[in-house]
Amino acid sequence: MGILEGIVVLVFLLVGIFFNSLGVLSLYRFPDVYTRMHGATKCSTFGTLFTGFSVIVYSLFRYFSVGETRFLVLIIHTLVAMAILLVTNATGAHAIARAAHRSRIDPKFAVVDRLAEKEGRRRASL
Amino acid sequence: MFVFFASFLMYLVLVWSGGKIPPVEFAVAFLIATVLALSARTWIPSYRFSFLKTLNPLRWFTFLYYVFVPFGVALCKANIDVAIRVITGKIRPGIVKITPDLKSDLARMILADSITLTPGTLTVDVDDEGNFYVHWIYVQDENPSEDAIYGSFASWARRLAD
Repeated sequence: MGILEGIVVLVFLLVGIFFNSLGVLSLYRFPDVYTRMHGATKCSTFGTLFTGFSVIVYSLFRYFSVGETRFLVLIIHTLVAMAILLVTNATGAHAIARAAHRSRIDPKFAVVDRLAEKEGRRRASL
Repeated sequence: MFVFFASFLMYLVLVWSGGKIPPVEFAVAFLIATVLALSARTWIPSYRFSFLKTLNPLRWFTFLYYVFVPFGVALCKANIDVAIRVITGKIRPGIVKITPDLKSDLARMILADSITLTPGTLTVDVDDEGNFYVHWIYVQDENPSEDAIYGSFASWARRLAD
């Protein structure tokens, strides 16, 4: 493994870890379920995508230098995992947010809430 | 049929480990794909998905282009924006309403998923008239234009699936 490949893999890993740890941090710093959803799901999507990219780059280099097919298998599995992550992450975030709003959890510090206005209920707190 | 072939191929792809696939795996793949295809079947005509229309190769290339170029760029930008908001704590949340005027369910799904995957915006609800209720982490405008929230996503969703 050459120095260049090492640097590329390391950069991808560091970016991924940075965004993932920001996702954790956002759970502490944001006030309510909706804003936490932004931090937790989005930062972890981006972070996990980048850790996936680093796995792919590493396996590509290994595959071309060593030629073992198990690295090709690793690439395919990582790609499948990333595609499924993108779809389920969005769907899960939407489902949690919708369930939260239906169970009358008001967004904290919200300047506007059109959905509550549409349903014609008064907001408990501003 | 689409579910059958998709799950059959997906199983084989996941089970493949370099060499030849043993015949017993084909049998397992066939079994699983049959069960999935039967359970995913619907008898309601309007719920049926037209795969001939969706399998149009040009559409798939447009979709791939959409995922990697306009959507990817928006994803990167928005991720950095939310990362800064996590660090500085500067937020102004709210749920805004937008009316992108999309007819088909698939186009609405593409748009809602794009909105949710882009950090800073989160689709909370979509009603029957096609109004999107979007939780926005930094509300710049209480009655925002479509551009302010998701840029060109709606026209792409229209082109892909409407």
